[in-house]
Amino acid sequence: MTSFESRLPAVASHGVDHGMDHGATDAAQSAPPPPAWTNIHAPDALRATTSDAERLAPVGRWRATRAYLRNPTAVIGLLILAVVLAAAALAPTLFPEDPLAMVDRPLQWPGQNPDYPLGTDALGRDVLAGLVHGARVSLLIGAAATLVSVVAGVLVGATSGYFGGRIDDALVKLVEVFQTIPGFILLIVTVAIAQPTIPAITLAIALVSWPAVARLVRAEFRALREKDMVMAARGLGYGHTRIILREILPNALPPVIVMASVTVATAILMESALSFMGLGDPNTISWGSMIGAGREMLRTAWYLSAIPGLAIVVTVLALNLIGDGLNDALNPRLSEGR
Amino acid sequence: MALLNVEDLTIAFPRATPVRGLSFSVNPRETVALVGESGSGKSLTALALLGLLPSGARIASGRVAFAGRDLTALKDRDLRAVRGRDIAMIFQEPMTSLNPVLTLGDQITEVVRLHQGLSRAAAKRRAVELLDLVRIPEPQRRVDEHPHQLSGGMRQRVMIAIAVACSPKLLIADEPTTALDVTIQAQVLDLLDGLRRDLDMALLLITHDLGVVAEWADRVVVMYAGRKVEEAPFAPLFAAPLHPYTRGLLNASPRLEEGHHHSLGPLLEIPGSIASAAAETGCAFAPRCPLVRAACRTRVPEPMAAADDHSVACPVTFTRESEHGLAVG
Repeated sequence: MTSFESRLPAVASHGVDHGMDHGATDAAQSAPPPPAWTNIHAPDALRATTSDAERLAPVGRWRATRAYLRNPTAVIGLLILAVVLAAAALAPTLFPEDPLAMVDRPLQWPGQNPDYPLGTDALGRDVLAGLVHGARVSLLIGAAATLVSVVAGVLVGATSGYFGGRIDDALVKLVEVFQTIPGFILLIVTVAIAQPTIPAITLAIALVSWPAVARLVRAEFRALREKDMVMAARGLGYGHTRIILREILPNALPPVIVMASVTVATAILMESALSFMGLGDPNTISWGSMIGAGREMLRTAWYLSAIPGLAIVVTVLALNLIGDGLNDALNPRLSEGR
Repeated sequence: MALLNVEDLTIAFPRATPVRGLSFSVNPRETVALVGESGSGKSLTALALLGLLPSGARIASGRVAFAGRDLTALKDRDLRAVRGRDIAMIFQEPMTSLNPVLTLGDQITEVVRLHQGLSRAAAKRRAVELLDLVRIPEPQRRVDEHPHQLSGGMRQRVMIAIAVACSPKLLIADEPTTALDVTIQAQVLDLLDGLRRDLDMALLLITHDLGVVAEWADRVVVMYAGRKVEEAPFAPLFAAPLHPYTRGLLNASPRLEEGHHHSLGPLLEIPGSIASAAAETGCAFAPRCPLVRAACRTRVPEPMAAADDHSVACPVTFTRESEHGLAVG
């Protein structure tokens, strides 16, 4: 009889009991009863019950962090980056002299002279000092270029994806213009026209990198703007700016963060390539310029190119590991314990 | 005076007209149910009231007067001030209507800070109050949780808390319980009804569930293929429905005392499926109507008053009932 009754919608029957069996839930109800309403049809409506299943969900704020830290390769990436960051930060204390200054006899191999553990280059400059100071330039340009390209890409992509229509058409065309030009050629031309200073190189790398961010953000926004939560936000009277920045952007950020970590790596590579070709800032030492300087002695003193090359490889690898780890941690479908 | 007065509302897409000439009103503190099957235009009507129609759709004609102001004539900026503050809306899917990355507190404080200009601390206190108002246990702790930590029923309670945060005069609930378990449905509807009384709101309840209508609605507007076919207070509509569609709906709902069960015999149904409103020549219900006459296929019936508060858009049943003196008062 009970199953029979529960199948029938209660039409025109004010008296029909709505819930199933209230006995058990009533007994479990310990919360003080809120003010009585005369219209209550379901006694258990007084207070929502908290089932154990609801409590099992992990606290959301640290879920991603914990998922990231459970991933050993991602932690290794983070450690390597921490070492590089420490080297860059401590460079002025560790090697107060100008890394471009000649300090000793040229072309000493690593280990030959305990004062210069990584040897000296063709002009007698300390390779270790160059490596540590080069980390500053590489990381600075990588981070700054990524910041500029992410900000520009998010602005363009969000506007384009959220509003759609003609704005979208125009902005997509703009992105396509940049994408039809080979990135590195554009970079070389831009740096060749402008002065080869660090800000100019940073902006030039950002100019090459932002279209990819814009496309990613646009795709995210196009998918997210159709969500019920956006309609609900509009129903609450929120304006477009508020919806873009506060409702959609936080949901679109995870893939952008992942992309940013890889963009830093790409920017470091681009800067190294520019410096290798002698298009970098001649007044600062960078890993790329060190490789470029060692190029002519590749057969006799290969360590001059190999050491800064290894630094680039390790740093870029670390950033990619971090990117992979973030991707897994920020994607709720891949990380466990959602 | 009616709080909300919809007059002759027509919603048009470039190639279809899903809502035609719809008129109804909602009085202060009243629960009006807008009933119809999928595709009858009831959700679109709700979106049109708030100016939230999907792109491509527009209000082709008609007025939506709310507290004396025509909402269709308002500028977007002015309409935004109405949404959330004077008219709030609850959507069908509580699982996707909350922002997954923000805490419940963030989402509630945002709306009260926007519309009521509360300080951060005052808004947080208000958020806890509101969670308590919708009977969420341990509101102090819950306020800092994320939506995925809540069940569907709890999320719908949070949606309701956000909707009533600014004490709106009208709450539109679009199928508020369709996505919920049957056992939770009554809880949520009781909550809505209780809040309606406590906060002096009117409630426009959009549903296809006659059980929901029977328990909670004061007045019922039945829609079919974008038109209002019958409007009456709850009791006369259920006791003596006039329109053949309404009769079919009520017959198709098995009643306990009649002892229908699918194992004993086929349940009643309305034959056919809802007609497209695209090429409307006569009554949209004519192809499925057991009482259809030739005239029904050529002329769209106008709503006629069978009693003071009971109107029906069917000349066949209207005249028959009147002739026999059976019109419901």
